Amino acid sequence: MSDHLTAHDDVAHSGPSKYVQIATVLFVLTALEVLLFEICFGDLKAGMPNIAFSIGPYFVEILLLLSAAKFWLVAMFYMHLKSDFRLLSWLFGFSLMLAFIVIVALFTLFTYNRSLWWWSGSW
Amino acid sequence: MTAAVLDHDAAHAPEEHHTSFPVDNRKMAIWTFIGSECMFFASLISTFVIYRDSHAKGPGPKEIFEVPLVTAGTAVLLFSSFFVVMALNGAQQGDRKKLITWLSLTVLCGCFFVGMQVYEFTHFYHEGMRYTTNLFATSFFTLTGFHGTHVAIGTLWLGTLLKDAIKGRIPPKKALNLEIAALYWHFVDVVWIIIFPVVYLMSLGR
Repeated sequence: MSDHLTAHDDVAHSGPSKYVQIATVLFVLTALEVLLFEICFGDLKAGMPNIAFSIGPYFVEILLLLSAAKFWLVAMFYMHLKSDFRLLSWLFGFSLMLAFIVIVALFTLFTYNRSLWWWSGSW
Repeated sequence: MTAAVLDHDAAHAPEEHHTSFPVDNRKMAIWTFIGSECMFFASLISTFVIYRDSHAKGPGPKEIFEVPLVTAGTAVLLFSSFFVVMALNGAQQGDRKKLITWLSLTVLCGCFFVGMQVYEFTHFYHEGMRYTTNLFATSFFTLTGFHGTHVAIGTLWLGTLLKDAIKGRIPPKKALNLEIAALYWHFVDVVWIIIFPVVYLMSLGR
């Protein structure tokens, strides 16, 4: 590869110690996801009924938050968006926004009656 | 490698296009591809969520999903992301031993994940869940099948790079070749980070 290309791509990335830290956090977050499931709906539910009752209603929200945290860590540190050219972050962010629009459009399309109810303002 | 072979390689190397654009065109291309893949998987995941309760005929998630197996697959895929980023670090530093070791582990993880998915699909088939059994099965197999195909392609891609690394064809100046494959691999991991809770845990916790 020419100097021209290496100069452009010589962006300071995180080092191995940072990668180990991120891997540990990702592993812990995944363990938390499974633990949350086991407490709310799995084998641990019988042993911890009070905790299951308290956090059960927020199961989906907590799971989505944990997933979002893992997604962000991988994108920022392993995919180097944190240290790479800002343009790439904008490109990825724009794609995610379009993906979100696709999700909303599909949910609206398939739950048409419910969406009519929502838009009517009679909720 | 002899001088004649080196000259031959140099003569047949792909031509580089020098532009004033600050990002390498191949890196820009993979990010654009990843962007399009975001929308592709968003539509597949949404479709699964819409149809996950459509299993009047045939088994549903609660009868068929096995959390321990999928958790193991998730952990392996997460570790593979760590391994590939370590391999990239080795490639950028010119540490061939480190590059080969971590890249081999990544390819092994990819093979394990594909094997896990083949086992899972076979198990579901024997339990009576076929592609056309119900809408839950169709959307599930489509989503996880496409993801598994992406993992298989990524494993093959990294496998070819491992072969190049063993032959000493990934010097620090060519680390971008691995970085592009690593970006694809991380994206495949990121998609699974969404699929695991949304498809498995949330479907079971209903």
